[in-house]
Amino acid sequence: MTNHWIDIQHSDCILIQGSNAAENHPISFKWVLRAKDRGATVIHVDPRFTRTSARSSMHAYLRCGTDIAFLGGMINYIISNDLYYKDWVVKYTNATSLIHPDFGFSDGLFSGFDDKNKKYDKTSWAFQKDDEGKVKQDTTLADPNCVFQHLKKHYSRYDLKKVSSITGTPEEDLVKVYSTFGATGKADKAGTIMYALGQCHHTVAVQNIRTFGIIQLLLGNVGICGGGINALRGEPNVQGSTDHALLYHYMPGYLPAPTVEQPTLEDYMKRVIKTTKNEQSINWGGNNGKYAASLMRAFYPNGGTKENGFGYEFFPKLDAGQEASVMTMIDEMYKGTVKGLFCVGQNPCCSLPNSNKVRAAMQKLKWMVHVNIFDNESASFWKGPGIDTSKQGTECFLLPATASVEKEGSQANSGRWMQWKYAAGKAPGDAISTGDIVWRIMTKLKELYKEGGTFPDPILAANTDFADEKGNFNAEKVAKIINGYFVEDTTIGDVTYKKGECVPGFALLQDDGKTACGNWICSGSFTRDGQNLMRRRNNKTDPTGLGLYPEWSYSWPMNRRIVYNRASVDEYGKPLNPKRPLLEWKDGKWVGDVADGAAPPLAEKGGKLPFIMQAEGLGALFGPGLKEGPFSEHYEPLEGPFEKNIMSGQRISPVIKHYNSDMDKVANASAEFPYPMTTYSCTEHWCTGAFTRWQPWLVEAQPQAYVEISEDLAKEKGIANGEKVRVRSARGSLEAVAMVTVRLKPFTCGGKTVHQVGMTYNYGWLFPKDCGDSANLLTPTVGDANSMTPEYKAFMVTVEKLKA
Amino acid sequence: MSNGKSILVDVSRCTGCRGCQVACKQWNNLPATKTIQTGTYQNPPDLNGETYKIVRFAEGRGEDQKPYWNFLSDMCRHCVNPPCIAASNDGDSMIHDEATGAIIYTPKTAEDDYEMALEICPYKIPRKNEKTGALTKCTMCFDRITNGLIPACVLSCPTDAMRFGDRDEILKEVERRVTELKKTYPKAKAIDAADVRVIYILTDDPDKYGEYVQA
Repeated sequence: MTNHWIDIQHSDCILIQGSNAAENHPISFKWVLRAKDRGATVIHVDPRFTRTSARSSMHAYLRCGTDIAFLGGMINYIISNDLYYKDWVVKYTNATSLIHPDFGFSDGLFSGFDDKNKKYDKTSWAFQKDDEGKVKQDTTLADPNCVFQHLKKHYSRYDLKKVSSITGTPEEDLVKVYSTFGATGKADKAGTIMYALGQCHHTVAVQNIRTFGIIQLLLGNVGICGGGINALRGEPNVQGSTDHALLYHYMPGYLPAPTVEQPTLEDYMKRVIKTTKNEQSINWGGNNGKYAASLMRAFYPNGGTKENGFGYEFFPKLDAGQEASVMTMIDEMYKGTVKGLFCVGQNPCCSLPNSNKVRAAMQKLKWMVHVNIFDNESASFWKGPGIDTSKQGTECFLLPATASVEKEGSQANSGRWMQWKYAAGKAPGDAISTGDIVWRIMTKLKELYKEGGTFPDPILAANTDFADEKGNFNAEKVAKIINGYFVEDTTIGDVTYKKGECVPGFALLQDDGKTACGNWICSGSFTRDGQNLMRRRNNKTDPTGLGLYPEWSYSWPMNRRIVYNRASVDEYGKPLNPKRPLLEWKDGKWVGDVADGAAPPLAEKGGKLPFIMQAEGLGALFGPGLKEGPFSEHYEPLEGPFEKNIMSGQRISPVIKHYNSDMDKVANASAEFPYPMTTYSCTEHWCTGAFTRWQPWLVEAQPQAYVEISEDLAKEKGIANGEKVRVRSARGSLEAVAMVTVRLKPFTCGGKTVHQVGMTYNYGWLFPKDCGDSANLLTPTVGDANSMTPEYKAFMVTVEKLKA
Repeated sequence: MSNGKSILVDVSRCTGCRGCQVACKQWNNLPATKTIQTGTYQNPPDLNGETYKIVRFAEGRGEDQKPYWNFLSDMCRHCVNPPCIAASNDGDSMIHDEATGAIIYTPKTAEDDYEMALEICPYKIPRKNEKTGALTKCTMCFDRITNGLIPACVLSCPTDAMRFGDRDEILKEVERRVTELKKTYPKAKAIDAADVRVIYILTDDPDKYGEYVQA
């Protein structure tokens, strides 16, 4: 989230798209409904009418996988009806920047596409620069090469008629949504966007969210109270685990994972340190070298030297261009390349796409270590349906772990609030925390490597100093390493920090080995003398009156509650919306939220632009960093109902990875699989249900897998409500109870009737016995080109009556 | 003199999450009912001897042909003048607590006429526990509210759709909220507010929420 939960109440218009917030983030609706009490309009855009739609002011249907078309139409509507916040756009975004004259777009492809290698040469996506290396600007927005003109041209193709024929949304509903949300492009109005996995689980996931970014930048809805782009993160500590590099292509703090192309820390620093010639840009990315050096110092305190990049040379690196997502891991496992698996707190046999392939791949393992609080379909894959257990050769270990409430530690909520919790109870039996498990294994490995082994140096140098004085694993000790500490006495300015003191903020991190820090964004969560700010529980102090509660827990970065908050003020530092003043420059300093950098507002001497994480300091309407292009473009999902994309000759994203195993069958525009399916979770179950299916009160509420279908489709197929049916895709099939409902309806898309269907992925074969199996038996192995998040939300199936 | 307690259920704030349904089972230590999926989110399908509270899910199409999906967290209304007491055995199997206004069924209700208790209840709440034979229903969390706690269902609600308090205060809040809601929902109204302690505010016709919503 750019903002935080409590802030949602300040919004004038809330667009919920790609999220069933009321069901999957129930507490969010406390704040959504408060906004509604204050007169806000709540818009829900979704393939289904859900519990969220029921509490929204309006609901618009769209066919699954067509968000970019829907939102592209909104960009077109905002620009052609002059709804954008022009002063703000000119001042704070790259609308004025000039792009290389060779930049262009034709028939679904941007300039520079390399058809053979299925990737772009981004040379023509660069900005034009003057002799001093500064990006050329046209503040009149008239230059045909400026970002604004390209943006306008690109999205002018998304007219209502075309959008409606792609999404299936009636034109009048499109206009209603566009005009309502578009009305927030004013200084005294705030519109916010709430999204979740409904945007992330697509082959065009990152571009979906980019499109939100473009809309919010056009309307001046970023950095303000009641605005922002708010990814709803949930109970599994998704925010915290992402911050700490859950994904293969990051190190902690969103530093890119090193590859063999950067063999030394110096090479890596060249890659990650951002530069700019714009003196009005803070360019925070210029500090990345300090964060990388401090990270290595934290990883390798015993053997990291200046010569080996503080241990950087020990650190495992991806091959050049290697993509190492979970889908590829399973693919390699299926091929027999990957022989062992540590599976921690996951249930891939139900949660990963194309579960039949996952289940087949698991059988090829020599060994598996599974860490979890209950048994699940992955820990017990060897006794799954259709498997001859006696022929299974995989050696399996199940390590019992504590549940989140049985251990001390921090949990980062969606609003980036790192909240420290105590253990609420003692874990049963031998269960210990995952941190403790990893630490004990690593400690044992070190012992063994001391006796010898291949290349023991990285293992012996790795940090395992996580125990308290009694020798027990200590989460707070780990948190202090994450926060960072001074490795030796260090003088910065006129202050001398003693060796071992906590680094009270990432601005003090060094690139010369004097500081160690496990995750720079968390630096500041401890005070210099070791006070844990995440423990704070002051819910009274609220100086702005806007619900920021700066003394409740710790919000990264630097306890800032709304990021990019300098965009909420004018060039003199006066709040653009005096009704909700988040930040103000008063008597030479910032008052309100913790400002994004201490520098003065733009018009003052040394004044800086608000978008500090962008090299040029400007909000990126034009974003050349992604693989598909600097603007978003509608592509159909890998499997869809049509042979052609109405927008262009390019049916699917040109840069996605395709898997070609015998278990990766794909069926597009197939008569056999005519219905677009979307999958989701219900309130009553959690993820694959691996925790909740053991809980009788939840099972009584949602006992069995169900497939939601419209009354029209039920009639067409002769299916009665409550009847068990078969749902089948090109990859798998399962039985589920048909839920025939008015909440789903067929679309008129591309000149034909398309029946949308949906089901939850909350079930599995293990328990309860008659609950059904995972919807992921149906999903395809394919994901977003940038993030490799799988496409769970749009693919094709058929729904059939069971044979009598 | 105190006017007892009341619970306000504002359905315009209810997201149908069923936290209340589960919290009720948890506090009252009630077993789960063995259910199957029958094509609805409503489960258990109805109140029963071990289920004092369920969220009713009612869907259909409104006058504009757009779908609606209504959620009603159904429970005993704790009537101001409870008719069910008429079915009680010697008048002491069911207790009408003076201080709170809560109506509590005791194990002695095993001797009571279940058919009559159900018949006489305008909201069709009482059920018979198959194992003990006693009649069962919501107790207003009598053990909690007489020990300074609020009812478990109210505590669990993430959206403040339910509120518990002194009846006089709740009645004032009901009036305020109905006036406010009428601006958006002209059909908004409180159900039987003068006669019950558990007062529902609906935003549509009562029959769009369930069968026995209104007396």
